[in-house]
Amino acid sequence: MTQLKVQNPDSYLLEMNGISKSFPGVKALDNVHLKVRPHTVHALMGENGAGKSTLMKCLFGIYQHDEGEIIFNNEKIHFRNPRQALDNGVSMVHQELNQVQERSVMENIWLGRFPMKGIVVDRKKMYNDTKKIFDDLSIDIDPNALVGSLSVSQRQMVEIAKAVSSNAKIIVFDEPTSSLTEVEVKHLFRIIDRLRNDGCGIIYISHKLEEILEISDEVTVLRDGKWVYTGSSKDLDIDKLITLIVGRELTNRFPSRKSKPSDEIILRVENLAGEYMPTVVDASFELRKGEILGVAGLMGSRRTETIETLFGLRKRKGGVIKLKGKQIENNNPREAISNGFALLTEERRETGIFPTLDITFNSIIANIDNYTNKFGILNEKKIAEDTKWVIDTLSVKTPGSKTKIQNLSGGNQQKVIMGRWLLTEPTIMLLDEPTRGIDVGAKYDIYELIIECAEKGNAIIFISSEMPELLGISDRIMVMSNGRVAGIVDAKTTTQEELLRLASKYL
Amino acid sequence: MKSKSIKDILTNNAIYIVLLLLFVTIIIIDPSFLSLKNAGFILSQSATRMIFACAIAGPIVLGGTDLSAGRLIGLSGLITASLLQAPDYIARVFPNLPQLPIWLPIILAMLICALFSLIHGYLVAKLKVAPFIASLGMQLVVYGLMSVYFDAVSDSAPIGVLDARFTGFAQNGITIFGFRFQFIILYAVIIVALVWFIWNKTKLGKNMFAIGGNIEAATVSGVNIVVNMLAIYVLAGLLYGFGGALEVARTGSATNALGQGYELDAIASCVVGGVSMRGGIGTIKGIITGVLLFQVISYGLVYIQVNPYLVYFIKGLIILIAVVIDTKKYIKKK
Repeated sequence: MTQLKVQNPDSYLLEMNGISKSFPGVKALDNVHLKVRPHTVHALMGENGAGKSTLMKCLFGIYQHDEGEIIFNNEKIHFRNPRQALDNGVSMVHQELNQVQERSVMENIWLGRFPMKGIVVDRKKMYNDTKKIFDDLSIDIDPNALVGSLSVSQRQMVEIAKAVSSNAKIIVFDEPTSSLTEVEVKHLFRIIDRLRNDGCGIIYISHKLEEILEISDEVTVLRDGKWVYTGSSKDLDIDKLITLIVGRELTNRFPSRKSKPSDEIILRVENLAGEYMPTVVDASFELRKGEILGVAGLMGSRRTETIETLFGLRKRKGGVIKLKGKQIENNNPREAISNGFALLTEERRETGIFPTLDITFNSIIANIDNYTNKFGILNEKKIAEDTKWVIDTLSVKTPGSKTKIQNLSGGNQQKVIMGRWLLTEPTIMLLDEPTRGIDVGAKYDIYELIIECAEKGNAIIFISSEMPELLGISDRIMVMSNGRVAGIVDAKTTTQEELLRLASKYL
Repeated sequence: MKSKSIKDILTNNAIYIVLLLLFVTIIIIDPSFLSLKNAGFILSQSATRMIFACAIAGPIVLGGTDLSAGRLIGLSGLITASLLQAPDYIARVFPNLPQLPIWLPIILAMLICALFSLIHGYLVAKLKVAPFIASLGMQLVVYGLMSVYFDAVSDSAPIGVLDARFTGFAQNGITIFGFRFQFIILYAVIIVALVWFIWNKTKLGKNMFAIGGNIEAATVSGVNIVVNMLAIYVLAGLLYGFGGALEVARTGSATNALGQGYELDAIASCVVGGVSMRGGIGTIKGIITGVLLFQVISYGLVYIQVNPYLVYFIKGLIILIAVVIDTKKYIKKK
């Protein structure tokens, strides 16, 4: 084990002092402090985008910070990559498990540093070492089992064991309980307790307020890339925490709405449930003509799964969808599109753009039936007109319609995809994080577009993880929690506190 | 974005530069290579290859590949040859068969090939089998069946002495100043034009590029993945069938070895012509250029009496360069 040079519990094991990090156009971290003592669990809190993961990426050398210093174990350090961090006793249990599914548990744990006997891997030592760590942590998993055959919580245990196996003194847990059951959470907490007693410093990232108060000794809160608060969790309660996390004045960053949504209900969804977990468990709501229904929720609240199930991209297990009073099925995206639905997906690169194809192609593909005669032959004149319409109406900045979409900026790509759906003349637009990863100017353009669509009488479901924009442009906000609708509130009268409270309703 | 550096231009066209250098070298060594007669030979030899390359390019643009192409070409050749032997030839494999109109066996062969490609397409599109493995399996299945057929009808003796109308269908033509324009070239041009039309002017073509370009995005955009993939595979099968019939009419005889390795030549031509093995990228113009350049070089190297084994080596190098360039373009996108 790495010998700790300081055993005094009042001193720090890890100090991140005055860390700043800028990306083009954004100051992601601005003079942030995080000080972790040995024998403690230190919760790191903040909204999505507050800078928690950027700070962790600076610690692990995935990003290089612009200003500030990191002191670990009384030495100034600057890791160049996660591997180096791991070798020096700083490790992370990721929210998304990066494991080799087809290999055994022990191979995953010792990957990259297999114990060797001459030129062959010493499997016996590997097995015994793994077994010993598992016994220490009272984890009951066969080291020879394939990772792919384990449950999510078991795989998380394997990740923790991996962190322990490298004699880590600082272990970061990123949303470790988002997919665990209550019993599994209890087990996880016992393990964390155990690590705390061994003298480790635990950095614990979570949105679950009760959980934070239960497990942590100290809390640091970030907001908009700035340090806000550090203190003992004994001095905090849920209300204080929420105020610390949210505490922000809204500024006028959103275009104003002229008209009000009508009273005519255009879409009614009753008890929507998906087939394959994790997915929507139970969602009922209605949508009015000309309305923007914002959807709030924490990570893992399955907002994306909900609208993808509605769109027929995911298999529906139950529930009723009524469009203008008539029941529809939306068994697949084709059916949904012909019913007047449009879906702007969350992952623009993975499921939105056709990167190697041009603007024209990317504009017209969802509307292709409207350009073909009965022999399937395309009307090129109409295609050219509509492409021009997309470029002009959405002010897409591009050298021309023959430019490959991968050569445009994220914001312009998003505009083309918005244009693609507008060409289908949808009645119901499902927008999943439409402003994610695009710059401020383009964001405003997208807001204007969304509002314009609503004023024209479209109904819009608008998922966003950014509270200000949800409050800024929605009429009502539906809050999802753990695959269920936790509540639907009026965007004009609600508060971020209320939204956050609803978001953790079913956790 | 518009201004490309000289280095970019060189990398993007490296394959054409290499081929041009080879071409120039061949002419320097033997200037008589540059003749209308040779041009006629090369075009005739390229004709069926163009059809095969255009056919196989569909599955490649979809993001897959088709290793069964060569065997389907051979199967079509065997079927048409066995049904279209000269009526006065005594040792016909079907002595009692009346003289058939030549279109009948050709259509029959095309339909049989389309059926196999449909099964192949179903494996890939619906059952999500990796195209490489699915087509490898289909390759063996087809080879097995065609060999059994070959053995049964002709005791594994080459099927030759074909109906003059059938061989003439491919080999007849007109000669202008020593340049022999065989009709087979005309058929190839028609097929190429047809495939170009499908790729560029029809919904099926757009959907093919959508699936190959980003299958997830295509699903979200409402493209019927399975139906469109099946259509592309069936089209490929029909073209293998037609091309296979032309090939046997051109060469005049068939065995169960006919078509062996043709898929590799076709894939190589596609790759040299800029069709990306990752799917979603490719043009008919590129494919035809690829076929012609490949044919000019292979023919030219033999013409100047380069050791045939060395010709394999050079062809291999050309393919590798083409793939490296393709990959490089892809990496730059990130």
